[in-house]
Formats: sequence, structure tokens, C-alpha cells
Amino acid sequence: MTDAPLLEVRDIRVEFPARRGVARAVDGVDLEMDSGEILALVGESGSGKTTLARTIMGLQRSKTGGVLIRGERLRYDRRSLREHRRATQMIFQDPTGALNARQTIYEAVAEGVRIQQIPGDEEQLVAEALARAGLRPPESFFTRYPYEISGGQRQRVIIAGAMVLKPSLLVADEPVSSLDASVRGEILALMLRLVRETGVGILVVTHDLGLAWNVADRVAVMYLGRIVERGPTEEMLTAPRHPYTRALLSVVPEIEEVEQQILRGEAPDPVNIPPGCRFHPRCPVVESGEASRLGIEDRCRGEDPLKLPACHAVK
Amino acid sequence: MTVEPAPAESAAERAPLLSVRDLHVTYRTRGRGIPAVRGVDIDLAVGETLGLAGESGCGKTSFAGALLRLLPPGTEVTGEVLLDGEDVLTMKPGRLRAVRWTHAAIVFQGALHSLNPVQRVGSQIAEAIRLHSKGMSRAAVSARVGELLELVGLPARRAGDYPHQLSGGQRQRVLIGLALACDPRLLIADEPTTALDVMVQAQVLRLLDDLQARFGVGIIFITHDLSTLADVCRRLAVMYAGRIVEQGPSHDVFEAPAHPYTRALTGAFPVIGDPAFRMQPAGLPGDPPDPRELPTGCPFHPRCPVAVEVCPSTPVELWPAGADRLAACVHVSGSPVRP
Repeated sequence: MTDAPLLEVRDIRVEFPARRGVARAVDGVDLEMDSGEILALVGESGSGKTTLARTIMGLQRSKTGGVLIRGERLRYDRRSLREHRRATQMIFQDPTGALNARQTIYEAVAEGVRIQQIPGDEEQLVAEALARAGLRPPESFFTRYPYEISGGQRQRVIIAGAMVLKPSLLVADEPVSSLDASVRGEILALMLRLVRETGVGILVVTHDLGLAWNVADRVAVMYLGRIVERGPTEEMLTAPRHPYTRALLSVVPEIEEVEQQILRGEAPDPVNIPPGCRFHPRCPVVESGEASRLGIEDRCRGEDPLKLPACHAVK
Repeated sequence: MTVEPAPAESAAERAPLLSVRDLHVTYRTRGRGIPAVRGVDIDLAVGETLGLAGESGCGKTSFAGALLRLLPPGTEVTGEVLLDGEDVLTMKPGRLRAVRWTHAAIVFQGALHSLNPVQRVGSQIAEAIRLHSKGMSRAAVSARVGELLELVGLPARRAGDYPHQLSGGQRQRVLIGLALACDPRLLIADEPTTALDVMVQAQVLRLLDDLQARFGVGIIFITHDLSTLADVCRRLAVMYAGRIVEQGPSHDVFEAPAHPYTRALTGAFPVIGDPAFRMQPAGLPGDPPDPRELPTGCPFHPRCPVAVEVCPSTPVELWPAGADRLAACVHVSGSPVRP
């Protein structure tokens, strides 16, 4: 093991062909995270957060830069990818869709063990993984099918199937957004416990800032293919500096003291990324005239802010 | 449930728009009855907003469907659903057709699947208008379509778009516009913002708020996310296992829940900035009960953090729990079996 961080993302750019040109889904992202850490990657749909997660998983390739795990650059030959796909596991939003309906819980967890040829007694590995994910006694779940268990239990099966491979990084894409409110907290508590017990690092992709407050050590906010602000959770969520982060926070229903800044329109189009600051067409600082008062409006419209927080109005 | 809902002052002054009494919904599969709604009473005054919160399987969507008789054939629905004093459950089919859309309309979740993919959104709205206002001129219908789209915050020219050309938030707006096509007095919104991004969700919530304020539409807002209800709805009802377990003014319920289940639901959505929630996600052990095998006594007792000895055997009802508040828990102030 080296001193290099668990995960380094360097200048990632991912493009997709679109009908009217090229969609720049991820447009130059740098990111680092460490073992035993939970990082929340926050953004609206279309912000590129899922594409970035897929790139980290090796499911998508960047035009430039690269993904480094413990200082080693991810390569895309079969052998490297195979090891990468053991060491980095992914959890999806909808546990029902992620499980094979005709496979027992045992098979669902054992499949990865076989594919990755994990040494040890298979039955024991599966039982331990289920128990660690909170499914006790594990044997009672072996022969059951996904439809026989609840949504929360299904997500626990998915987590068991990921953790049985002893990954160093877990990428969780909206892990609780399809779950019932009362079950949500239990799954988040499980994630915290896994971090404590195994030292795994978790990258949580979400649009839910409450989730970040619940479990994340750090938060990175993404807008239109770029990270626009990042920092420790307490700082990011109690004293956000980027106007987009401030707007996102203002629409969280429970924060009442703050005046809601409802941005017009939806996350804009990665095919037509606005010039200058990519947020300027929706930015409250520009719209309210504050940018003009500060004498920075021309820069907002014409100069891409590259330093974080990515805003000309932040000193 | 036999307990009368607390007479809310404003509701008593005005004639109730909707009055639901002892509503039961039972699905039949292979000769077995599955109780989804087990005796619900609700009153809604003109222009009032009621939030109905609960998790999957609690019966909230069955409740919504029963209000307009939209449940699959063979479903047993009993009780009374008085809409402007008229019982929806006993209406003749012709009358029911007229009442749907003009008196009450539903917005479902999943806007993509509720719209016809091969028909322009404008003509889908026009169809609803024409069905209920026969003899309206072509120009008048098209003007009305434009008006409705503008009302929900879309440019009138989007009438020519197909659903796939619109984003999720825009489709949800079209559905709300469609529901408003015949000026209903009651709008039932079933998880209208669930699949949407936070920012778009805030836009749709503000739109509903605005409609209520401008046109006095009565709104029943159904969701699993209690936090979105507190701001939008004046009153709040929480459902568990087919029954309402708590109701009252939404801010009071939200600030000081009387039922332990409501407490768990409010705790599930953290208050950002509050150290009590930092690195401490709160949840409930277990899962919502299977309606086929409901626990005895209080159906919440197996998951309840404050359950006592009497809970598995006490049939709980909505008991008074403070000013204008009701809750179905043995611990509340008005409980006859308070331990």
C-alpha cells in the first residue's frame, strides 16, 4: 500500500455524440478521495454525475486525463479491468432492477465470488456478507427470491454482493432514493458502519443534500459537467459560497429561514454549454444585477472560472 | 374507524368539498381479501390543502384511486366519498364520467407513462376539453390549451411537442395542465414530484401552491416525503397499514409529531445544519407490514421504539392528541388506555 489517495480523478472529459453536435457530459473534472471516507457528489440530472461515476468504474473512458487508484493509473486491458471491477463496486438506485428475479439471494451474492474467484469457503463468504449487511440469520435468506423480501432488504442484498468482493471503493448511485423513508436511515447507517468496519471509501452520487448531511465527510457539487464547489460537509452545507450550491440548499424543504431561490428551467443542455461561466444564464447573482454592481458581469458572460469555487463573485 | 375527524374551524364554516367516511378498499386475489385501506375519514374544505403521507403499501394510492373509482374491477370499495355532497361510490357511470375532470382530477406520478407518446401534448389537452365542453369552437379550444400551458409555466407553442420532446419536469407540468383542463375544484396529486430533481420539484410545488391561492382549488397531496408537505399543505394526515394514524395542522404535526411513526418519518429527512442529524441517519428497524398479515393490536407495534405491553392487544383508534390533533397511539393524551 502506498500513501497515494484511494482515488484520484484527473481532468476527466467524456463526450457523447448527440443529434445536434457533441454532448460534453463530463467536461474537465478533478477529484480525490481517501479510504474510510464518504464523499457525496451532488448535482441535478444532466450534471454529469452518473457519467463521472461510470468513468471511475471503468465503464466509460475519458478523452483526457485518467483515473488513478492508489496512485496507479487505470488501464483498460481485460486483466486490469477485471481487478478494477473487484476493487470498485457499484450500487444502484433501484435494487429490484439490479437483482435477477429468478436467482436466489444466495446465488446473487455468490455470483461475484465465483466470477472473481475469491479464495475461501463460498458458503461462509456469502453468509458473512449477508450478516454484515444486516440480513440475519443469513442462512434464512439463502433460498429466498427477491420478490419474497422487502425493498430495503433487497438493497442490503446488493450491498452484500458488493462487499463480499472486499472492494476498496464503493460507488453508490442514489442508494436510498427509491426506498421508503423509514428504511432509508437504516441503509445509510449500514453504509457508515461499513466504512468504519472495513475502511472502504464510498462515493455517493445523489441529488439529496440531506443524505450528504447524514453521512458524507465531504461534498462536491457538480453543474453541467464540472465540479463548481467542494469542501467539508459542514462548511459546504452551512456556508456555501457558490450561488448554485446556495440555490440547491435553498430549495431543501426544511430550510425555512432561507428565501427560496428557485432557478428557472432545468439543468441545461450539455450539447450547448454556455460560454463564460456555464451557470451564468441561471445565476441569481447575474439576474439580480449584483454581478453588474460588482463589475464582474462581463467576466461571468465571457470568462470560464477555473478556480474553485467556480464563481467570479466569490473572492 | 369510528372517530369523527376533529372539526377544523375553517372546514366547518365552509361546506366541505370532499368528505370521506369509513372508506375501505379491499383487493381480491385468488379468493383472498387484501385490505389496502381500512377505514379512513377525511374532510377537505374548498381551497384547502391536505397532505397525505405514508410509505409504499400504506394504502395512500389505493385511497386516491378510490376517490374517483379508478381502481381495477373487482376491487371492493365501501364507505362514502361525498364530493360536493354527492356520493362518488354510488354514481351512475355517465355521471361519474362528468364528475371526473370537471369536479375532481388526478395527477399521477410517472408523467412519462401517463401521456400518449404518439400524440402532441396540445391535442391531448384539447381532447379532455372537448369531451367536457361539447360545442366549443376549434379556436376557443386551442386558445384554452395555450392558456393552460402558460398557466403551468410552459410556452403555448409547446402544444405542438410530443411528450418525448419535453423533459421530466415539463411533462409533469403538462399533466397538471391536463388535470386543470376542465376547472376541477379538487386536485389529487399522487407523488407529483417524486421522479423530479430538487430544483424542478421546487418549481412544481410552487406551481401547486400558486394554483391553490389563485383559483381556490382543493388539493390532496400524496407523498412518501413528509418534508415536502409541511410547507405546501395546511393539514397533514399520516397513513400506516391502511389507516390514518395521525392528523392535524401540518406545522404542528411536523414540529411535534404525536405518533411514533410520524416521529420516525420526520426524523428520516435530516435538518441540514442540525448537529443532531450529522453522521446519525435515523431509521426504523423492519419494513412496512404486509397487508395480508397485519400485526395484531396496533399494526405499528413490531417496529415501534416506544411500544409497551398493551400495544399488541389494543385496537388503537384516532384519539385526541392536543389542539386540533388526533393520533392513533396509546401514549397520546386522549388515549383511554394510556399507560
